[in-house]
Amino acid sequence: MLTIEREIHDAIVAHARRDHPDEACGVVAGAFGSDRPSRFVPMVNAAMSPTFYEFDSGDLLRLYREMDDRDEEPVVIYHSHTATEAYPSRTDTNLASEPNAHYVLVSTRDGAHESGPVDFRSYRIVDGEVTEEEVTIVERYPDAPIDSTAPSTDPKRESA
Amino acid sequence: MAIEVRIPTILRTYTDGERAVESSGSSVAELIDTLESAHPGIKDRLVEDGSDGPAVRRFVNIYVNDEDIRFTGALETPVTEGSTVVILPAVAGG
Repeated sequence: MLTIEREIHDAIVAHARRDHPDEACGVVAGAFGSDRPSRFVPMVNAAMSPTFYEFDSGDLLRLYREMDDRDEEPVVIYHSHTATEAYPSRTDTNLASEPNAHYVLVSTRDGAHESGPVDFRSYRIVDGEVTEEEVTIVERYPDAPIDSTAPSTDPKRESA
Repeated sequence: MAIEVRIPTILRTYTDGERAVESSGSSVAELIDTLESAHPGIKDRLVEDGSDGPAVRRFVNIYVNDEDIRFTGALETPVTEGSTVVILPAVAGG
């Protein structure tokens, strides 16, 4: 299941609408192992295409370096379909390379880029197999169960 | 001459889960051959036979010192001790 804050959900939808009819893409980074998407990072679709998306290779390196520095991983990788349903295409499935990520698809077809609901769905894509999962939108994440300032999670403090 | 190569999540099955491994060589092509001997199978995920010989796969990015090797000589891009080599699969789809 994907649990995501409304503000981030809305930012993904707004990005998809803004870039329509081209596909929009980006990630939501989160603390490594937390499964919590917290930092919205819209990316440029270097393909600038209504049927394809690709992060620019230089942007990709900077993104992964930044996530490494912050001890983050791409919890969500999102992109839009602008004329078809919010379901991974064969290309999406073949190129999916983050087995731990939630692949979010939104669709702005049928006028959804202007008004009305935008389909927002999430999938796991592992070894070419697509599994849809439930999406739960929350107003705010509950307090982090793992807080880096809590003494019990700081081995240096425990051993002191 | 040891050169560190950063391995993406999807290829860590070849490196016992290691995020970075050491390799050696004077070009990216040699670096990948050395990598292959220690981690069999990884080369095929990085390189394919193109019309002009071996080439980096379309949806794999390899960077030497932060430069995508597509712009610096592809597999013939030189590496030296202290070079930083990063492999990242493209984030792309349709």
